[in-house]
Amino acid sequence: MADVPDNAPEHCPGTQSEQAGKTSSCQGCPNQKICASGATKAPDPAIAEIGEKLSIVKHKILVLSGKGGVGKSTFSAHLAHALASDGTKEVALLDVDICGPSIPRIMGLEGEQVHQSGSGWSPVYVEDNLAVMSIGFLLGSLDDAVIWRGPKKNGMIKQFLRDVDWGELDYLIVDTPPGTSDEHLSIVQYLSSTHVDGAVILTTPQEVSLQDVRKEIRFCQKVKLPIIGVVENMSGFVCPKCKNTSQIFPPTSGGAEQMCADLNLPLLGKVPLDPRIARSCDEGKSFLNEVPDSPAAEVYQRIVQSIQDYCSNHVTEEQSTT
Amino acid sequence: MEQNNESNLAQVRHVVLVLSGKGGVGKSTITTELALALRHAGKKVGILDVDLCGPSIPRMLSMGRPDVHQCDSGWVPVYTDAQKSLALMSIGFLLEDPDEAVVWRGPKKTAMIGQFVSDVAWGELDVLLVDTPPGTSDEHLAVLENLKKHRVDGAILVTTPQAVSTGDVRREITFCKKTGVRILGIVENMSGFVCPHCSECSNIFSKGGGEELAKMTGSVFLGSVPLDPLLSTSIEDGKDFIQSFPDSATFSAISSISQTLLDSLQTA
Repeated sequence: MADVPDNAPEHCPGTQSEQAGKTSSCQGCPNQKICASGATKAPDPAIAEIGEKLSIVKHKILVLSGKGGVGKSTFSAHLAHALASDGTKEVALLDVDICGPSIPRIMGLEGEQVHQSGSGWSPVYVEDNLAVMSIGFLLGSLDDAVIWRGPKKNGMIKQFLRDVDWGELDYLIVDTPPGTSDEHLSIVQYLSSTHVDGAVILTTPQEVSLQDVRKEIRFCQKVKLPIIGVVENMSGFVCPKCKNTSQIFPPTSGGAEQMCADLNLPLLGKVPLDPRIARSCDEGKSFLNEVPDSPAAEVYQRIVQSIQDYCSNHVTEEQSTT
Repeated sequence: MEQNNESNLAQVRHVVLVLSGKGGVGKSTITTELALALRHAGKKVGILDVDLCGPSIPRMLSMGRPDVHQCDSGWVPVYTDAQKSLALMSIGFLLEDPDEAVVWRGPKKTAMIGQFVSDVAWGELDVLLVDTPPGTSDEHLAVLENLKKHRVDGAILVTTPQAVSTGDVRREITFCKKTGVRILGIVENMSGFVCPHCSECSNIFSKGGGEELAKMTGSVFLGSVPLDPLLSTSIEDGKDFIQSFPDSATFSAISSISQTLLDSLQTA
């Protein structure tokens, strides 16, 4: 499916379709001539520009889930913090959730604004080696709603990739909104001329969540995006008083473990519920620094280690094949 | 099409949207439980599930994958009971493979929702609840454009207590104001967890955010629903929680929310 301009008629076939400029609904559309000429069917030149721009980014990781509220942003933020704890690595976190950007708050950057420089938009820095970009930095107030349809969201994502002065990076982590729609297709399309290491898929243990996550896995397979592994979040809760474990979101169909076994995917880890995680996110602090010896932090560290291993093995594999 | 729209929604007394800027806060769970509570109060209820990329309601009502039939005036919704007191229409029913991803961009979703809203033969309903995906984008605009030809009583906003969630819901409130949708109230979900072993209450996702948001924005606070593994299990198995656990604190929270909702619909 291609882009449909804002001023297109109701049944616009899409500017990149074979029918562009030729269907009955194209009659009278201001873009008919240019569509019929075939000029719009060429790939977006931005894709090549983005490929060029991001060629100095060693690893690119997408964080995905079909389901909302399972902890994509929490995980992305902590992955970024953990990777950046090695002072020699340059890490960036890009939030492409256009309608519900949570990253500014979780990273403690609420109210920050983006600055324009000669080489594009400058991201906001949490530390010298940890850069963040989100639409939240472009909004005037915390009440502002981004009521945008698909094409406008896609344009924003293109700008984030092409016009932000990312510089040389070891890791670029992309946090996505729930679903399998415009934002997801766009990010994959715009990154198609550059190497993406893969996707980390987040889920919670219940079937209601897994049924959406299976769709996201299908999506990855359709667009040929490798899956680094699955993280099960909100997996059991240990009562701070009596130390008994409760399954607040019960894995009635076997949880992520069963799904990974069925689909032959690696399970990277199961992160337990811990009220201190939500609190750290609200306060914009890293849970891994706040309570480093908690069981959840230990699971996080192990997951981050597996992702690092995956990325570095991947590089050597590719080098040996070329 | 216009005529269809008129006749298919003509006998629907109230239309209520369930919205949240944030995903996974329990929009579908609250929609399902409110529908069940309204049915227990003797109302005829319909649910329209417009979450194209992640339809959850069919599983929550244990509807499986029924065939959707057509009649002269459009698609016949699926009924959960012989009395036809709870009707459901979801995109989930129209997918051939439940694991298949609906990878659609905005314009296609807009067209699908337009058809959904105008082509379901709801018949006579007291309340139609519309469950939406997270965000403020194509689906929401499409639903509103099509429903406004008939009527929209207002929206219930669902949030969890943390600031990360209420921050997104603040933006949804702006969406409602800009599009002229009345806010019927805010529900705080996943509010506190009482340990079944020692009865200690843990605020896993913080506390009080929903009520604070309601105060700050001058909206009605409809109530808070605690984290309850019995509720998650009922939702997983598609069981009627309202019927199974009438003594629980969660039950009284949900039924008081549904009563407040009914009152505000009747006075509106």
